[in-house]
Amino acid sequence: MIHVIAFYLFAVLTIASGAVTILARNPVHSVLWLILAFFNAAGLMVLTGAEFIAMLLVIVYVGAVAVLFLFVVMMLDIDFASLRAGFVRYFPFGALVAIVLLAEIVLGIGAYRAGALELGSPDGTAATPAGASNIEAVGGLLYSRYLFLFEAAGIVLLVAMIGAIVLTHRQRTDTRGQNIRKQNMRRPGDATVNVKPEVGKGVQL
Amino acid sequence: MTSFFLSLGMTYEWAWFVATVCGILLIALPLMVSVAMIIYADRKIWAAMALRRGPNVVGPFGLLQSFADGLKVFLQETIIPSAANKGIFLIAPVVTFTVALMAWAVIPFNSGAVLADVNIGLLYVLAISSLGVYGTIMAGWASNSKYPFFSAMRASAQMISYEVSIGFILICVVLWSGTFNMNGIVLAQKGHVLGIVNGFVANPLLFPMWVMFLISSLAETQRAPFDLTEAESELVAGYQTEYSSMAFAAYWLGEYANVLLMCALNATLFWGGWLPPLDIPVLYLVPGFVWFLLKVLFFFFVFSWIKATVPRYRYDQLMRLGWKVFLPVSLLFVVIVSGYLMAIGHFA
Amino acid sequence: MTVGYLIKSFTLWEFVKAHWLTLKYFFKPKATINYPFEKNPLSPRFRGEHALRRYPNGEERCIACKLCEAICPAQAITIEAAPRIDGSRRTTRYDIDMTKCIYCGFCQEACPVDAIVEGPNLEYATETREELLYDKAKLLANGDKWERAIAANLEADAPYR
Repeated sequence: MIHVIAFYLFAVLTIASGAVTILARNPVHSVLWLILAFFNAAGLMVLTGAEFIAMLLVIVYVGAVAVLFLFVVMMLDIDFASLRAGFVRYFPFGALVAIVLLAEIVLGIGAYRAGALELGSPDGTAATPAGASNIEAVGGLLYSRYLFLFEAAGIVLLVAMIGAIVLTHRQRTDTRGQNIRKQNMRRPGDATVNVKPEVGKGVQL
Repeated sequence: MTSFFLSLGMTYEWAWFVATVCGILLIALPLMVSVAMIIYADRKIWAAMALRRGPNVVGPFGLLQSFADGLKVFLQETIIPSAANKGIFLIAPVVTFTVALMAWAVIPFNSGAVLADVNIGLLYVLAISSLGVYGTIMAGWASNSKYPFFSAMRASAQMISYEVSIGFILICVVLWSGTFNMNGIVLAQKGHVLGIVNGFVANPLLFPMWVMFLISSLAETQRAPFDLTEAESELVAGYQTEYSSMAFAAYWLGEYANVLLMCALNATLFWGGWLPPLDIPVLYLVPGFVWFLLKVLFFFFVFSWIKATVPRYRYDQLMRLGWKVFLPVSLLFVVIVSGYLMAIGHFA
Repeated sequence: MTVGYLIKSFTLWEFVKAHWLTLKYFFKPKATINYPFEKNPLSPRFRGEHALRRYPNGEERCIACKLCEAICPAQAITIEAAPRIDGSRRTTRYDIDMTKCIYCGFCQEACPVDAIVEGPNLEYATETREELLYDKAKLLANGDKWERAIAANLEADAPYR
């Protein structure tokens, strides 16, 4: 009973907040609704017994990715008038995209109903091998059967990261930035000298 | 607790429901009171280190100071800036406060005394603590004011940066204990060093990790010396600038509940949680709850002590420490620890 | 860049030292006093709340010469004078706006008869602004209330003037 209530609660909230994400006028509100959608999706994951995936969803998407979204969106200076200005011009293109997406959804549902693909048992019992916790099951698969794919994914991400750094990093020679290592290494002896000048002679620096 | 309610003749679902609600109340209410007392303790400790007296007027030794402050705040007018984004402005403190309480669900107070004994406890804590940043960001943006906004920027960057190194540090702990379950992690520390010291902290490979975890948890909770989000010399009161009355109090409580949570994590993950410090049978006569509480209070003292001692970091220094020092070092330690455990056949 | 420095840097030696210092201070006796219950001694020259004094026979000292009004740099004093029934010159009004006063003490220096003085009282905070607009009655009442302390202070300070 409680499973059913929880499922419908999470599912309805996920879909509703997903819808509001698109409909919200304010992009920051959109991102916040998106976060709620992620969160409810994580709840659904917990219900299906995939708590590891659920936690990763929250840590990675809610905790990091959405924060970056929010970061970018927050700094936008949104002029709603200019946003609406191009509406008529872009409307045909937008409508086209919408039609394509709708067609894909219809096709997808049709294909699913036709039972063309076997995507695993719907009751979720086969999701985890018996006698192993979620993390152990995922880890066992990742580091044995899918080791190569896992490592390959890691390398792809590493390359992407290096690429992003190379593209955005620039060395400026005309600025005088501080060198923290140099500052930390500086000792009092490097900066000051203790001298005892004779009277009337002064100090030669 | 469920079995107790079952014995009262309830059905299982109801017994479970009532037991869980009771458990939540049993954790949340004492936590609220202890947050109030801990604010008082905090002020007393800073005062003592600055040779001052601290609050000493309201109640005996000023013990009721926090409650008086709470009453004052409660009677204040709630001011919502006209340019603020009203809904988010009001939700933000609630988010901070709720998130600060949520993570306590998996903290073991004693052997088996944990609200949700899930086998991904540590991941849950990480997930919830990564949510904490939203209260700050939402407040900063919704206030529609420049200082809160700067503060929100700083907070989000700071928390994301230090969460990365915290994640790697926790992986070292998990590698050694072999479980994400908080109770399991505590039990794995039983007689960890030389069969007598309870706690990972005495392990020479994990001690540096603990030091880094302590510093990272200061940054994660935005305590001094990393309280750049509310650096009063630069940002007035940071993201709380536009807040007043109960919303402000919610931030205050949430912040201290987070600090207490970090103290509890320090105690649970590195100092043996509810286990006594040494694995001697006599020490087990003292209930585990007492040991846990003592450890949490000790860490809270350490937090206050640090706040009273060190000056505030500069923002670029904070980022440098997070990304250029802690991240590589913690990554290195993951490699070292897993290599060492592999070599001694820990996983076999 | 010495080995010693490296060791110090990695053991966070400076932090440990600083925390040891603050821990020692934690157990030291407090430097502050428990204010409302303990108070620091005040100099006889302390310039606090104003008071108008009387002669021992009960006659008010002020002769309405208005020197204090003239010298007051904050223009906080307002005096109106008229002959009393017995023909002596007295003030009909003597107001001090305590919110304007800067406690420079020029009024008591200017006074030829030691009538207006700044007494030793410093705890006269009020809840409204109006209460800080002192009139003659209030000042005379202050004088009556603090006469013994004021007289003692004047006597203690007398050798140095």
